[in-house]
Amino acid sequence: MTATVERAPAASAAPPPLPRRRRRGRHRLVVLGFLAPALLGFGLFFCYPLVATVFFSFTRSDGLNPPEWVGLRNYVHLLTGDPVARTAAYNTLWMVVVLTTLRVVFALGTASVLARLRSGVGFFRTVFYLPALAPPVAATLAFVFLFNPGTGPVNAGLRAIGIDSPPGWFTDPAWAKPSLTLLMLWCSGELMIIILAALLDVPTELYEAAALDGAGPWSRFRHVTLPSIAPVLLFGVVNSVILSLQFFTQAVVGGSVASGAAEVAGHSKNVGWPGNSTLTFPAWLYQQGFRYFNMGYAAAMCTLLFLVSFACTVVLIRRMRSAAGTGEAR
Amino acid sequence: MGTSRRPALLAVAAGLLVAACTTGGAGGGGAAPAPRSDEQVTVSVWSNFADRELAALNRVLDGFHAKHPNITVRSEGSQDDDKILQSIRGGTAPDVAISFSTDQLGQYCSTGAWQNLGPYLERDKVDLDQIPKAVRDYTEYRGTRCAMPLLADVYGLYYNKELFAKAGITSPPRTLSELTDIAKRLTVFNPDGSIQVAGFVPTINFYNHRPQMLAPHWNARWQKPDGSSALASDPGWKEMFTWLKELVDFYGRDRLAKFTASAGQQYSADNAFQQGRVAMMIDGEYRTAFVSQYSPNLAYGTAPFPVADSRQNLHGTGYATGTIIGIPRGAKNAGAAWELVKHLTTDTDALVELSNGLKNVPTTRDALRSPKLQADENFQTFTKISESPNLASSPSSPTLASAVKFTEDFATRWLNGEVANLDEGLAALAKQIDDNAALGGK
Repeated sequence: MTATVERAPAASAAPPPLPRRRRRGRHRLVVLGFLAPALLGFGLFFCYPLVATVFFSFTRSDGLNPPEWVGLRNYVHLLTGDPVARTAAYNTLWMVVVLTTLRVVFALGTASVLARLRSGVGFFRTVFYLPALAPPVAATLAFVFLFNPGTGPVNAGLRAIGIDSPPGWFTDPAWAKPSLTLLMLWCSGELMIIILAALLDVPTELYEAAALDGAGPWSRFRHVTLPSIAPVLLFGVVNSVILSLQFFTQAVVGGSVASGAAEVAGHSKNVGWPGNSTLTFPAWLYQQGFRYFNMGYAAAMCTLLFLVSFACTVVLIRRMRSAAGTGEAR
Repeated sequence: MGTSRRPALLAVAAGLLVAACTTGGAGGGGAAPAPRSDEQVTVSVWSNFADRELAALNRVLDGFHAKHPNITVRSEGSQDDDKILQSIRGGTAPDVAISFSTDQLGQYCSTGAWQNLGPYLERDKVDLDQIPKAVRDYTEYRGTRCAMPLLADVYGLYYNKELFAKAGITSPPRTLSELTDIAKRLTVFNPDGSIQVAGFVPTINFYNHRPQMLAPHWNARWQKPDGSSALASDPGWKEMFTWLKELVDFYGRDRLAKFTASAGQQYSADNAFQQGRVAMMIDGEYRTAFVSQYSPNLAYGTAPFPVADSRQNLHGTGYATGTIIGIPRGAKNAGAAWELVKHLTTDTDALVELSNGLKNVPTTRDALRSPKLQADENFQTFTKISESPNLASSPSSPTLASAVKFTEDFATRWLNGEVANLDEGLAALAKQIDDNAALGGK
């Protein structure tokens, strides 16, 4: 027995289908509604400040009163008339090259060792990662005291093993940036964990196949490990370049504490100590904008820094995409 | 139609951008009235004081509240200049701001970040002659008084009496050549050549050994009458840098670097002078409080800092700076704020109580001579210096902070032997200061 059900005419049961264009419009509105919080944040906290910064970079402004249009004067002074900006740019470039290279190599080396451990893995992972959790100011203070050339245990240890003239570390212009680099390497646990995850993700069959083909440890690392983790390494490079371009807190705190003039309230008199060797581009930008009230000039410095960061990121992301496409960094 | 609208829209957008990016509202041209006695008002006070010093300030604020029961004071410590400026830019400024940065006063006055107090002073007929001239100078900029002095820091020579006695020296130096001679005699080197005790540390930026504090003893001026840099034209600077170099060469740059690195933080118990590792140094009167707190058994004396041999008539003078207090732009209770500012800066008892608590020099003549002022022999040195007719301060200028930074950088390069010709170096320094001055400020 079959039951037949008479259906009501479609027109009376459901509204007629919307025209395609209207459906699309409604769909877009829904998408926009979900995206609205992110778009609002992006507009308010990125686009607006960016546009305002570019605008102010063409003005003479103290940040409190209406700006005065000066055209390219700030850029001309930045590129030709400010020797301190040149020093600061050099210091930042130094950090970009040296810190980026060493940070990625150090994180890769540490992660490689951790990936091979057979026992105590959890303990050692924790130990190597812990410094990354230290607040930057506290970590810098501890480092400056440890590396104090007169009273620090590091130089005491170096003297004990026969090095009569150990470095001046944070108090010597030639050693201040290497000292900051050491500090940053000590705190590079986050990158180490990311690379470790990538290393553990490399299929073991690849190693087995390479071993059967007679590949030694170096060949396996060169032809199996590196290609497999290349996208992650490139991420590490991008991350380190941006970190170096924005390098501020450790440089300012380190210089101030090493000079002996750090104040309880945190006001730093000696930014760049010793001899501007720790004066990074962002630190000089901050001084110009917030100490000297040269907001227009600071905006020009910001714009230049943004363009350099953007260019570096674009180049590296292209490399990352091509590496992801071929499975091998070129 | 669309194209004809575009320029107008762009103009409106640009206008909105400028309006949104700059803080609105002037500081107000006139003097806001004081609150009626039955009107309950809360005044917020931001300062960079902390711990002991904040407690001393709060005690004086309690005294103000006792006099004005309708005005409640909310005091916030550890608020540095950056935070105060951000609050002004953001329209959430406190009613009263206290700052240690006198070298930024030119910027505060010229930009209107701090309100002009002139109308209040005129209305209430405040006698500014009570305040020493040098102190008046560093609290106003080109006739605009946007701050009042809230105690001064006056700088002089601290010397270790025990080390002096051991070397058979009976009195502190009066001239810089005497200081050099004594510094060399009191310096003790370790067998490995490192410095055990430094007679005097000539490293720029070591503690308060800074160009601003040193310059008055050569009568070196920062600016020419037209406001441009005088670093190249004033002979005092060249003499000062030459003197510094002689002392640095005596010690050796590397030895000094190693010594200063192990010298302990300036505002801690490990300060090298307090530890007996430095025989003489330039510092402010507040060091007397630190010595009492951390090294009560230290046998030390104070004296005016020695002057250049060619300018012995200046002996007895020194450099003065200090804490400044004002009413930021956008203060919600400016009338009540002024009552508090006036109380803190002109009431003799309030100033004396604050001075006794903070160990800073009072900023009115009545307070300086008050019998209630607790001033031992060492502190009295500074009260005397502050009454000297030659007492000097840095000029109020929007560009002073950058000028000081560039001068410190230059001094470091010069003392490191990186400047071949001092005259040419000073000329380049003056140009650098003037070029930077053209970037901002007014």
